[in-house]
Amino acid sequence: MQRPTLFSVLVTVIRKDLLIEWRTRARINALVFFAIATLLIFSFALGPDTVLLRKNAPGYLWLGILFASVLSLSESMRIEIENSALDGVRLAPASARAIYLGKAIGNTLMLWLLTLVILPIAIALFDLSVREGFARLLGILFLGCAAISAPGTLYAAIAANARARDVLLPLLLFPVLIPGLLASVKATGVILEGDVMHQLGSWVGLLSAFNVLYWSLGFALFPRVIEDD
Amino acid sequence: MRHWLLTLDGTTRFLLWSPLLLLVSVLALTGLHIFVAQARTWVWKVLLGIAVVMIAGQAVLGLYWVPPEHYMGDVYRIIYMHVPQVWMSLIGMTINFGCCVLFLFRKSWVTDSLAEASASVGVYFGAVGITLGAVWAKPTWGAYWTWDPRLTTAAIMLVIYTGYLALRRFVEDPDKRATWSAVLGIVAYVDIPVLWFSVKWWRSIHQEQSSPKTVDSLMTMVLRWSATMFLSLFVVFVYHRYLAAQAARAREVAAPELLPPSSSAPAVSS
Repeated sequence: MQRPTLFSVLVTVIRKDLLIEWRTRARINALVFFAIATLLIFSFALGPDTVLLRKNAPGYLWLGILFASVLSLSESMRIEIENSALDGVRLAPASARAIYLGKAIGNTLMLWLLTLVILPIAIALFDLSVREGFARLLGILFLGCAAISAPGTLYAAIAANARARDVLLPLLLFPVLIPGLLASVKATGVILEGDVMHQLGSWVGLLSAFNVLYWSLGFALFPRVIEDD
Repeated sequence: MRHWLLTLDGTTRFLLWSPLLLLVSVLALTGLHIFVAQARTWVWKVLLGIAVVMIAGQAVLGLYWVPPEHYMGDVYRIIYMHVPQVWMSLIGMTINFGCCVLFLFRKSWVTDSLAEASASVGVYFGAVGITLGAVWAKPTWGAYWTWDPRLTTAAIMLVIYTGYLALRRFVEDPDKRATWSAVLGIVAYVDIPVLWFSVKWWRSIHQEQSSPKTVDSLMTMVLRWSATMFLSLFVVFVYHRYLAAQAARAREVAAPELLPPSSSAPAVSS
């Protein structure tokens, strides 16, 4: 029997995660309602000022995704830590890097799915209009979810084993995410309000650079996080 | 009183070189401390003495001797505290990054403890330096804080490294703590080049790094004096945090085979 390639392991890990999710659909349900509740709370906190709400909508949307992502990321690692499932996966045998890519892509897909569900709700709540094309908006949302998942998966693996992991993950993750989140919010805002100043390119550039950097860092460093010696 | 030394004639010109001489001696003492184990009991005391004497000298030089700046008047004098302290913070984070990389290549409690020590001292100097910057910004910019790239990246740096130190507190297994925090330290360091170059890359309200070419030589001299003073303090601080970290490791680790054979972990032998 030959060793499985990185790609086949990666696909298997993604399929496994999505299958676990599909059987209960507990995580996506919780995420969607949590994100909607966050969006509602932001609107209540600001009051019924539609102009301000529409102006700040990209920020609220991304904060909703960010808060939900913490739940999603820690849950995705909790199922691996429980009953030492991760050790079983590694003995399969699956290389640590393939597991990282699989988990991170799975998390990205999960977050993107969440975004697709709450986007219409945000559009309705804040009375938004998409001026620069819907496909572009979905692309930006995907890049932003990937930017959250790359360091998020790495940090979730660290925090999952530590004490007070629910405090630790946001504490470690949020500051690192600030440049990626800023670029996502700005790019989303530009798409919603129209690219008058031609600044979409630079924000997408920053977001892509953030993605490249953190996906490579995660790919390089993840084996050291889950090794057991 | 203020301009008693301003005319730099043959007898006073040597003063311009004094920071360089002091810097060389501080670096030499630091090297002696690192490479000669017997010297470790007293070198830090000498460094501390140098720092204390230089603080007194700094009070005279920075507050009275140097002339006020053309545009900002006396307000600019905070540069002699703000700039070197942020430099020390960046040096601390750089040492932390180096230790993290080294640790992942070869496990050792020395690099682990040094990483912890340099990060905590770096956070200290960063917090003080940024606070002093805010004190300077109120009369100069009209606000303590603005959301400018330089200030934002500096704030991110503080929060990231506070998270790094928090992770070290939250993990009890010393092996895992060392590996994970090394990974975290490498990811965290991404912010530092962005912080350094932010004033060149973006249009920032914070001024760019000055060079000795554009600054009066008296001011350059006092700034270098101050930086040398903080560097010797930095070495003393890091050494003491390192001792504390090593003592904590020695208490946690039952079989200290990863510790170096010789004297750099004094608490182990007892």
